Amino acid sequence: MFDNLSDKLNSAFKKLKGRGTLTEKNIEEGLKQVRMALLEADVNYRVAKKVISDIKERALGQEVMDSLTPGQQVIKIVFDEFTRMMGDSHKGLNLEGRKPAAVMLVGLQGSGKTTTAGKLGLYLRKKGKKPFLVPVDVYRPAAIDQLKKIGKQLDLPVFPSTTDMEPLAICEQAVAMGREKGYDTLILDTAGRLHVDEALMAELQGIRKGVHPSEILLVADAMTGQDAVNIAGSFDETVGLDGIVLTKMDGDARGGAALSIKAVTGKPLKFIGMGEKSTDLEPFHPERMASRILGMGDTLSFIEKA
Amino acid sequence: MGIFNSLKKGLTKTREILLTDINDLFSPERAIDDDLLEELEEILVMSDLGMDITMEIMEKISKKAKKLKTADELKSILKEELKSLFPQTTSTETETASPVPRVIMVVGVNGTGKTTTLGKLAVKLTGQGQKVLIAAADTFRAAAVEQLQIWANRAQVKMVKHREGADPAAVAFDAVEASMARGIDTLLIDTAGRLHTQKNLMEELKKIKRSVGKRLPGAPHEVLMVLDATTGQNALSQAKLFNDAVGITALALTKLDGTAKGGVVASVAKTMDVPLKYIGVGEGMEDLQDFDATLFVNALFD
Ligand SMILES: Nc1nc2c(ncn2[C@@H]2O[C@H](COP(=O)(O)OP(=O)(O)OP(=O)(O)O)[C@@H](O)[C@H]2O)c(=O)[nH]1
Ligand SMILES: Nc1nc2c(ncn2[C@@H]2O[C@H](COP(=O)(O)OP(=O)(O)OP(=O)(O)O)[C@@H](O)[C@H]2O)c(=O)[nH]1
Ligand SMILES: [Mg+2]
Ligand SMILES: [Mg+2]
Repeated sequence: MFDNLSDKLNSAFKKLKGRGTLTEKNIEEGLKQVRMALLEADVNYRVAKKVISDIKERALGQEVMDSLTPGQQVIKIVFDEFTRMMGDSHKGLNLEGRKPAAVMLVGLQGSGKTTTAGKLGLYLRKKGKKPFLVPVDVYRPAAIDQLKKIGKQLDLPVFPSTTDMEPLAICEQAVAMGREKGYDTLILDTAGRLHVDEALMAELQGIRKGVHPSEILLVADAMTGQDAVNIAGSFDETVGLDGIVLTKMDGDARGGAALSIKAVTGKPLKFIGMGEKSTDLEPFHPERMASRILGMGDTLSFIEKA
Repeated sequence: MGIFNSLKKGLTKTREILLTDINDLFSPERAIDDDLLEELEEILVMSDLGMDITMEIMEKISKKAKKLKTADELKSILKEELKSLFPQTTSTETETASPVPRVIMVVGVNGTGKTTTLGKLAVKLTGQGQKVLIAAADTFRAAAVEQLQIWANRAQVKMVKHREGADPAAVAFDAVEASMARGIDTLLIDTAGRLHTQKNLMEELKKIKRSVGKRLPGAPHEVLMVLDATTGQNALSQAKLFNDAVGITALALTKLDGTAKGGVVASVAKTMDVPLKYIGVGEGMEDLQDFDATLFVNALFD
């Protein structure tokens, strides 16, 4: 396991004493280590391949800065490239347009949608909004109860869905009720579904056409492996995503899936889930994510000094 | 239909575990060259097998590849390698020496499919004529008890529960007592999802286990860790820390009906030396299958 990529890189570059230029030959070993680190962190195989070749292109011919070892220089290049790939720092939610606006949460089973619905409700209320939680999951046992309980805990209104209602009908009625009661932001908690489940993906398309959500967010688990590209790609293609929420970041997952998802969809990572409590939602920081994937923790401080 | 065919039929949804594209790769005429080896590496990594196992297999295969003429011959070697990752299980062991009540505690990180797997297992065991009881020891997550109650109804079994926020160890203790009093064959204990890195929650899990053992020495007889096939290399850290805390005796791998291959379970099974017993292939009552490495890998290549 690569607990510390910078140590690995530094040892890979030991032969390259002092200053000099990065050449195809002398960075090869270092890039091999970077590639391994990416794959260990669950960055998708093909994404890693592309990243490595991009990095190589950028690195070749660069003069090694006085203040850095060649290993550190490569890390800096890698880190910069990652941060760039992760996108701009925190983007909030776009809730312009028709009122009430709707935020639709989609994703695989168990990724954290219902929990995130509660978190976003709390977040929006703090921003002065009037959120309305809408249980759209009529399939999973007790899914509606779950959101109702969360609403009760947070003292947020919840649409009274029942399991015999159609998901689209729930959304449409919730829009009407929201308008009537003066709730300005609906949070649609949809059922977990596999990206290959055509019927259920069509259901999401139907909701999209029916209520035109301002934000469709993919809720993805930070522990996701290689399949992240297929999942995110399919949801984006069939439903169309506006952003990503990465959950369960409070664990020790390196979160390479974030890079894969970003590479495949190009959509901004907006929030990260940092726990099970409703307050455990944080804005996304590209640099933190980059150093986490690289497994470098705070060893990056030398880069900031450089 | 023989056992083998029925297994194969059951696997049609899950044939993809580890190896979907392997058969395309090994067309008989194809020569073994660097391209083929790179493609093989890609397949192994994309199956979430992890770098250690991938590199180990690649090294072995590259060595042997020199002596082989076609890709087809490589296949049987790969098959052996993959099979050898899973520890041997004696599938009848559970049936013969069953203590009564047999206590199974289901554990894992958040959202992997613990409650669903437990529900399916309850359906399966009652179908075999067993008397099953369920313990609602997830007293934390919103509506966890309601969710489990629906599964208990589906399996037509009773459930022991306390109020929300109650001590899960007390629920487990009471359920063991009830099982002993009611002549239950298998007690299934659902626990709350928790990240393996949360020390206090892992302590809570240890406490649940201790209280079960206090009421019935030797219990729990099985600590079933549920892994999500979509999970990547983090599953190794999960399994290690759960094992350190409560000693895992078996694995279940869920959500294999998607496109994720779940290869990391091979690394987990190998490094922890625990058998993968069940695979989840959907959200329905029947969507749980027994796992058998030999039959499984054979069925994949047939
Ligand atoms: N540690 C941690 N747990 C989380 C986080 N977000 C969600 N969870 C937990 O993950 C599990 C699944 O969360 P849910 O919100 O029910 O997931 P879901 O996507 O709605 O699940 P389905 O509706 O079944 O598809 C629960 O145990 C949550 O408490 C997070 O950021 N950190
Ligand atoms: N497609 C598919 N979905 C599954 C499978 N097993 C479980 N699920 C779904 O995954 C989601 C989470 O399952 P749960 O059983 O609630 O997971 P859990 O581990 O008990 O979750 P927490 O108690 O919140 O930690 C639900 O939507 C289940 O229906 C499976 O094999 N295939
Ligand atoms: Mg949900
Ligand atoms: Mg559960």
